[in-house]
Amino acid sequence: MNTNKNSYTLIYSIVMVVVVAFLLSFVSSALKERQTANVELDKKKQILNALQIDWAGQDAGALFDKYIVNGLVINSDAKVLKESKDATFNIEITKEMSKPLEQRELPVFVADVDGETKYIVNLAGSGLWGALWGYLALDSDRNTIYGAYFSHASETPGLGANIAEKPFQEQFKGKHILNSANEFVSVAVMKAGTRADGMEQVDGISGGTITSKGVETMLYNSLVQYDKFFQQTTEGGNN
Amino acid sequence: MGKLFSNKTKEVFVGPLNKNNPVTIQVLGICSALAVTAKLEPALVMGLSVTIIVAFANVIISLLRNTIPGRIRIIVQLVVVAALVTVVSEVLKAFAYDVSVQLSVYIGLIITNCILMGRLEAFAMSNKPWESFIDGLGNGIGYAWILIVVGFFRELLGSGTLLGYKVIPQAFYDAGYSNNGLMILPPMALILVACIIWVQRARNKELQEK
Repeated sequence: MNTNKNSYTLIYSIVMVVVVAFLLSFVSSALKERQTANVELDKKKQILNALQIDWAGQDAGALFDKYIVNGLVINSDAKVLKESKDATFNIEITKEMSKPLEQRELPVFVADVDGETKYIVNLAGSGLWGALWGYLALDSDRNTIYGAYFSHASETPGLGANIAEKPFQEQFKGKHILNSANEFVSVAVMKAGTRADGMEQVDGISGGTITSKGVETMLYNSLVQYDKFFQQTTEGGNN
Repeated sequence: MGKLFSNKTKEVFVGPLNKNNPVTIQVLGICSALAVTAKLEPALVMGLSVTIIVAFANVIISLLRNTIPGRIRIIVQLVVVAALVTVVSEVLKAFAYDVSVQLSVYIGLIITNCILMGRLEAFAMSNKPWESFIDGLGNGIGYAWILIVVGFFRELLGSGTLLGYKVIPQAFYDAGYSNNGLMILPPMALILVACIIWVQRARNKELQEK
């Protein structure tokens, strides 16, 4: 057979593409369920990280169910739209943040750690090379940071990528996101030795300035949506 | 069995492990050797994935070799490799999620690994499926062992762990030993590969350029 004829080449490529397309869609749909489960488990692990719970060697899914007692879907006026763990879990924060502020549905996880209520909110932003995301756990006063977890898609290893490391994240513990007049100000990420105005601060990463600033912007942009929710404290524990 | 492992097939398998190694002699696939060897585990998974992909791509191309239209043969090879890479990447996402996150784009980039296209074009297009399979295995393992050796030393000296387990006792750190941060950075992978090349050439005089 003459394999150099145009018609042969054309038919050959069409058959090849169709066969490969069927094969790949079959593989993809066969594995879909397991992959979604993995992505969800990973998200649960990240939320547990923000809550300072060590899940290594344990069933993270079970720990998540144990510590996270409720989920709230709120709007920017702090009105509770839905009260359900699953609904809260399934919100994609990046999609919500592309909508106008009034239409956003914002997730708040309610956790119970040794009898104390903690709130966990989603963070999303961008660094030098790609997306940043994270979770911030707050004490019941909705002001003091209990724990922070950040991760990134593609920051520079050894520099910006250090935002995903413990030493950077632990600096956030105990910082306040409201100022003394009870207004939302967020937390600044500053070059070591410089002072932020009117807000609390942590040290940025030397050599990772744009990523550090990305974390600061992510914190502000993500948290400002919850402004009303932070003000609406029931315990009056603000300083 | 005699027919399956004739002298030629043996040579096809053993060659890439040592005197015709794709990484140290042909200097192919260096890019991924730098990128995924900071820890031993991703190096293992990467080596295994490349071995599987190059072996099966070789078999498929070898089976099709008489039907492939000459003018689009590179595209056909690419499609076969890309399809296999996608399958491996999906399987990893389903069964080894943490590793697939660690390897991130490098699994997808196996498509651009020169070893694959090199073997398909140079070997599978003109040899029978069985020899091609052996050739793929040989080259894959030849690539994998370099990655594993590099990954072993980088993780041991850079993080003091192996496969995530601490192997350097705390007493060493107390006595003033510290991990070599440079090992984590890509340039050290290149230097380690160069050391392997050095040892290999010192032991095999015929590999030395005059």
